[in-house]
Amino acid sequence: MAKNGGRMAEKKKKFMQGNEACSEGAIYAGCRFYAGYPITPSTEIAETLSVRLPKFGGVFMQMEDEIASICAIVGASLGGAKSLTATSGPGFSLMQEGIGFACITEVPCVIVNVMRSGPSTGFPTGPSQSDVMQAKWGTHGDHPAIALTPASVQEIMYETIRAFNLSELYRTPVIILYDEIIGHMREAIALPEPDEIEVVERKKPSCKPEEYKPYASNNGDIAPLAVYGEGYRFHVTGLYHAEDGFPTNNTKLIGEANERIVNKVNKNIDKICINEEFYLDDAEIGVVAYGVSSKSAKFAVKEMRKKGIKAGLLRPKTIWPFPYKAVNKLAKQVKAILVPEMNLGQVYYEVERASRGQCEVKGIFKVDTEAIHPKKIMEEIEKFT
Amino acid sequence: METAATPKKTKKAKQTPFDYSKYIRGGKLPHIWCPGCGHGIVLKSLLRAIDTTGRSNNDFALVSGIGCSSRTPGYVDFNTLHTLHGRALAYATGLKMAKPNLKVIVTTGDGDALAIGGNHFIHTCRRNIDMVIMVYNNYIYGMTSGQFSPTTAQGMIATTSRYGNIESPFDVCKMAEASGATFVARGTAYHYGELEKILYEAIMHKGTAVIDIIDSCPTYYGRFNKFKTPSEMMEKIEKEGTIPLKQAAGLPPEKLQGKLIRGIIYKKERPEYTSEYAKLVEKAGGKSK
Repeated sequence: MAKNGGRMAEKKKKFMQGNEACSEGAIYAGCRFYAGYPITPSTEIAETLSVRLPKFGGVFMQMEDEIASICAIVGASLGGAKSLTATSGPGFSLMQEGIGFACITEVPCVIVNVMRSGPSTGFPTGPSQSDVMQAKWGTHGDHPAIALTPASVQEIMYETIRAFNLSELYRTPVIILYDEIIGHMREAIALPEPDEIEVVERKKPSCKPEEYKPYASNNGDIAPLAVYGEGYRFHVTGLYHAEDGFPTNNTKLIGEANERIVNKVNKNIDKICINEEFYLDDAEIGVVAYGVSSKSAKFAVKEMRKKGIKAGLLRPKTIWPFPYKAVNKLAKQVKAILVPEMNLGQVYYEVERASRGQCEVKGIFKVDTEAIHPKKIMEEIEKFT
Repeated sequence: METAATPKKTKKAKQTPFDYSKYIRGGKLPHIWCPGCGHGIVLKSLLRAIDTTGRSNNDFALVSGIGCSSRTPGYVDFNTLHTLHGRALAYATGLKMAKPNLKVIVTTGDGDALAIGGNHFIHTCRRNIDMVIMVYNNYIYGMTSGQFSPTTAQGMIATTSRYGNIESPFDVCKMAEASGATFVARGTAYHYGELEKILYEAIMHKGTAVIDIIDSCPTYYGRFNKFKTPSEMMEKIEKEGTIPLKQAAGLPPEKLQGKLIRGIIYKKERPEYTSEYAKLVEKAGGKSK
């Protein structure tokens, strides 16, 4: 902190858009490769990184489509670069096969999806929260999923850093989901000094190259990942492979490998899941909300408290893996849980599942591309008083 | 035997048999290719060309998509990446940008490169990124048992063109040149020596190099189209069906009917992508790799 000739370093403040904050977070995290294709409402991430990355010797590439983008970031990651792509609904759909490839080959990378109204072209400039299930189940086959749902400009920056860290730590793609409103919203944010931030670097192998097994897992540990061109000549394939990386038809190995890539995330739910709890201690009516809808929910809870109504908010910052334990605990405590989201019911069903019938669960759904008004949430809360 | 072999021995010592073990991964054979398939011959030409460069195995990355030819990287001792159907070039581009000193070679097929991967093919050539693209062109989808591909000639039989293919085929070389590749060549598995030389030139070229490698799939293309043996197929398609560039130059068009031209068809110097990117970084005030 004693930089600048001994003066107390004043935290740099900047007025920034959500998408720009995402780009800054990526730079802080050590991202040095971006590949993407223009699409509203995520394009500002590409635009900012096309200026910022070269300053750090990093690579910005505008690819021919979103499929090329997801593939290029996985290629670059194998070349040792922390890699990012950003897109929105239609582009996210196109990337799904590539996300599955990153899952099975266990290559770290980060994918941002600034959610817009769909399906298809939908209403490109309008927000939604309707890709939550796609972030979990979009690619075929059983696979791990980590998805983060920041709810403010400042948080987008920090969650982008966390996304890179989780991705390196668990050797798996991490998805950042936020909506058009937060992506385009401007807020004043504090820019930390680089040494104030925890950045996870990739674990590289220390064994002899001929002994290196890129998928060997001892007691559930995640194998180090070598970088191409640095002497470890290993094989990567989207086919099921043995621990040496080469294809296998051995059904036992296939089953074990599939379970392992899913379990490496599931077994670490407590470390990956982060929730904000707001007035939950004595809450009698709970709200579970994420992203932009959590902003309305927070406002509603505050207003209810002014009236003496004991409402509280549980806000997952990690939506996948889903915080089942936290929601289950809340369901034990409250009369009802409300789930406001800008879709026709996605996280709602997860909340219902986690609640196990211990309280009533009610969704507040909206798909007209306008945010859910706090008033609507207040009305619903009052129905349970 | 001994007396007869003695004088020959010195001669043999000069021409030491090529040692493939330096490049073939121990324990990863047998390969999946059918008897009579040309892919193994192409691989030999590639390994010999790589050997001629004198560079270390660590300096090469072999990237592929999906299909028979895309199984190549698994058998060879380089940095190897077997990716999604059609997407090898996009992965290869990302890798090359992260590690510009790697020599990236893509092994792909006619379906992988030109149908599902057609868009990536065009744009990779347009960028002129330093990369060798080997299109193993056997006019058929072999891995999925013989469907017609974007290079299958009109009238030919495949499992999805039982009445004869009605689509027009792509000319890989014309497409590469029009898209901006700066090294465009055609070789065949039959002319393996010539192919080795072409591949060496392609590796040494700075820019996108595309080689259309005419190859045979006796199992599907051959059987459906009444070629009696794999060797007959090679002779008709690869030997009689092609003509060297120099020889073709003096011939009237009617004599070239039905023949594909072999050799380095097009070569041009044009700014290469990784070098241009390094300049961009400098312009932005950053430090290049």
